[in-house]
Amino acid sequence: MSIIEANHLTKFYGKARGIEDVSFRVEEGEIFGFIGPNGAGKSTTIRLLLSLIYPTRGSATIFGKDCIRHGPEIRREVGYLPSEVFYYERMKVIDLLRYSASFYRRDCTKRMKELADLMELEMNRRIQDLSYGNRKKVGIVQGLLHEPKLLFLDEPTAGLDPLMQRNFFELIRQENQRGVTVFFSSHILGEVQRLCSRVGIIKEGHVVEIADIRTLQQSNYKKVRVDAAGLAGDHFALPGVTNLELTNGTVRFFYKGDINTVLRRMGEIAVSDVTIEEPTLEEIFLHYYE
Amino acid sequence: MRRNIFRQELGLHLQSTATWSLSIAALIVVFTSLYPAFAGDAQLLSEMMGKFPPQLLAAFGMTGIDLSTIPGYLGMIFLFVQICLAIQAANYGFGLVSVEEREWTADFLLAKPVGRASILTSKLAAALVAMAITDAVVWACTFGSIELFGGGRPYDAGRIGLLLLSIIPFQLFFCSVGLVISLFVKRIRTVTPYAMGLAFGMYLLSAFGDMLGESALENITPFQHFEASSILQQGAWDAPLVLISAAVSLASLVGSYVRYTRRDIPSVV
Repeated sequence: MSIIEANHLTKFYGKARGIEDVSFRVEEGEIFGFIGPNGAGKSTTIRLLLSLIYPTRGSATIFGKDCIRHGPEIRREVGYLPSEVFYYERMKVIDLLRYSASFYRRDCTKRMKELADLMELEMNRRIQDLSYGNRKKVGIVQGLLHEPKLLFLDEPTAGLDPLMQRNFFELIRQENQRGVTVFFSSHILGEVQRLCSRVGIIKEGHVVEIADIRTLQQSNYKKVRVDAAGLAGDHFALPGVTNLELTNGTVRFFYKGDINTVLRRMGEIAVSDVTIEEPTLEEIFLHYYE
Repeated sequence: MRRNIFRQELGLHLQSTATWSLSIAALIVVFTSLYPAFAGDAQLLSEMMGKFPPQLLAAFGMTGIDLSTIPGYLGMIFLFVQICLAIQAANYGFGLVSVEEREWTADFLLAKPVGRASILTSKLAAALVAMAITDAVVWACTFGSIELFGGGRPYDAGRIGLLLLSIIPFQLFFCSVGLVISLFVKRIRTVTPYAMGLAFGMYLLSAFGDMLGESALENITPFQHFEASSILQQGAWDAPLVLISAAVSLASLVGSYVRYTRRDIPSVV
């Protein structure tokens, strides 16, 4: 049984597109990266899964239960860190966290303290006096204090300093090792690459690719650079070659297909230097957006 | 109904409830303290009232009222009490859900393991308790000031009790209508103008209705459904009008539940 299963989820805000025909599965115990630029539909997807908004078409299940019909029951085991954190301004951090904890059956006091210590959160400040980064910390503690089985993180690291980001990633890894499934939405590819096992790429409301990060990097594309004197621009214009660039006798391109085809082409000319490497996620990502 | 939400909401209301209750209490006490002066110059007063244009008297619900009697006097000042209560109740109604959506805290609350209907019920319950606190203050102040300033003149406590009880459906009307409007309006930036608009709008309808002798308007506004001087004179609520009021409140509540459980919660774009 998949932890999350989205079936043709579609959401229009009036005529404006939110997401269209989005389907994917997230399996138990994985960290699933959901990447795309701002406005691609990441938050819309998460908010649909939490039934904060309702789909125009399609459906989704979490823990095998329908998101809308069993919403409250599902949310007992779900933690959510929204991309923009807003809390009752006049409350103190500790009161907000206690209020948050009061929605769950288990006693969250101990975990709340641990998390607050880890994130170096001052509990006696008022929310209205907190900086953006500190609010984000409140969000993290609030989203994790009830030890959920599924975590929705919507661009969680924005506003956190590098040290806190490291603590946060460490925390997410620990949670994951305890068996927590994580749905991690981000537009920062480096962090997705560091943390996630599988990614879905969303573009203008459509999921364009779902794959293992390693497969995405290994089997799909190679980043090729060739140095050769007197190189003609169209020498490597083969099927499967994209993003071809020629500058001062250096040609760079992405290649998808049988690598021997490219190697044979190289054999036809006097090559002075060659590198063939796996592209970074960032490069793959940009590729999808061209 | 969730006790933690109820407690949280009630906590948010308490300051405004205290302010409203104290202001309305002050209004009742100050106005009633002037009663002995009115009653003492009853002759002079009715001569003066006779000089006012009848339309003006109608607008303030003062047609056929004898200000020298306790029910007559109370009937006049109670209009101001009602306007305050209407604004307060409408404020709670308009703010109930819209505050969370304006300050974007709805995401926090709705990601918790609670259904929307139970959130709405808890919020409504907190608002009702806040209004009940105000009511208790109004009741105590009204009877207290009559005792203090009534000069021992006779009055029918039953009729006054009936008037004071009418506050409850009166508030319910403004709270529920405010709530349902807030759920159908795209976004409410500040609650107060809406609350004032609804309260004064309804009052003006009632005032114009009286001035123009237009009884069709009576059907719409609670200021007519629960007109103080008529309750004090008749010693009874006007049953058909009260039923209209109750029906509108009920319909608004049902509409609010239906709408709230189906609507999309707005987010920062």
